[in-house]
Amino acid sequence: MSTADPSPAAPPRLRLRVNGEPREVVAPATVADLLAALGVPRTHTAVERNRQIVPKPEFERVALADGDVLEIVTLVGGG
Amino acid sequence: MTWLQSDEPARQDRPLQIGVRVFGSRLFVGTGKYDDLSIMQQALDASGTECVTVAVRRLSLGVPAGRTLLDYLDTDRYALLPNTAGCYTADDAVRVARLGREAGMSELVKLEVLGDPDTLLPDPVGTLEAAKTLVAEGFTVLCYTSDDPVVAKRLEDVGVASVMPAGAPIGSGQGVLNPNNIRIIIERASVPVIVDAGVGTASDVAIAMELGADGVLLNTGVAKAKDPVRMARAMRLACEAGRDAWLAGRMGKRLYASASSPTAGRIEVAGE
Repeated sequence: MSTADPSPAAPPRLRLRVNGEPREVVAPATVADLLAALGVPRTHTAVERNRQIVPKPEFERVALADGDVLEIVTLVGGG
Repeated sequence: MTWLQSDEPARQDRPLQIGVRVFGSRLFVGTGKYDDLSIMQQALDASGTECVTVAVRRLSLGVPAGRTLLDYLDTDRYALLPNTAGCYTADDAVRVARLGREAGMSELVKLEVLGDPDTLLPDPVGTLEAAKTLVAEGFTVLCYTSDDPVVAKRLEDVGVASVMPAGAPIGSGQGVLNPNNIRIIIERASVPVIVDAGVGTASDVAIAMELGADGVLLNTGVAKAKDPVRMARAMRLACEAGRDAWLAGRMGKRLYASASSPTAGRIEVAGE
């Protein structure tokens, strides 16, 4: 999903920045679609889209747009 | 002889309440720096803690997760306290706190806004600004701060649920470097005071608790002990011992000796 398809018939893709890395997904896509594509579990995961929290119940509803910047975080060891 | 302490009164024990939560243990334990998460799990158990700090970090995408920290934390037993570690601005700390609330499903946040990466000392201006925002958003803010009594009071004024003065720099293991300031913070606070950071060994915990702290938050002192599980137990016992000593009210210090055995009824001895 990270390389653009040169075929003109290819579905449009959204260019995103996810955790600091460029990624592309086929449009249309929601936050839930992205998490599924990345194989990310939902428990103890949080998503920020363009500096706004996306609450878990909204994952299915929030559509991604070209140029979106996403942070997907979890909890790790810390003091 | 102003350095001599006067006798302290015996005190009434009260449960530790922070926000809406009541904690049976006064020890707050971090989950960082463990080489082995099963050792961490055992250490948390031995510490008796009911609240553990966690950090908020990016998921490694495209890497099979394997067992993660959360697989080792019984969230029915431990309240999760997400921190804003690594944030150097109020804005970043607020973002991380919001992410932590989503990820941890907890209203608690350990707010830290740091000044620089070498000292990891708190930036008081950024901390105050972030605290205001987070309190307004309904967070229960446990706020890392320096041992400055004025800043502690300002944080309390904006509504933090607990002030957490550093005993010494984070991870330094130097203990409580300025007991006078910690005492002043405690005496003037109307929210729980948790001594956070700098705790190297059990006696540091006992000292903080004997000063009247409501709790102690520590991480490296346990995680980097040669035997973390035993050290966790030592920290628990020190916490209880220090608390009891404070409740009991210590004797006043004296410059000269005072015999514990009666002077009357002694046999005839040399020198009299």
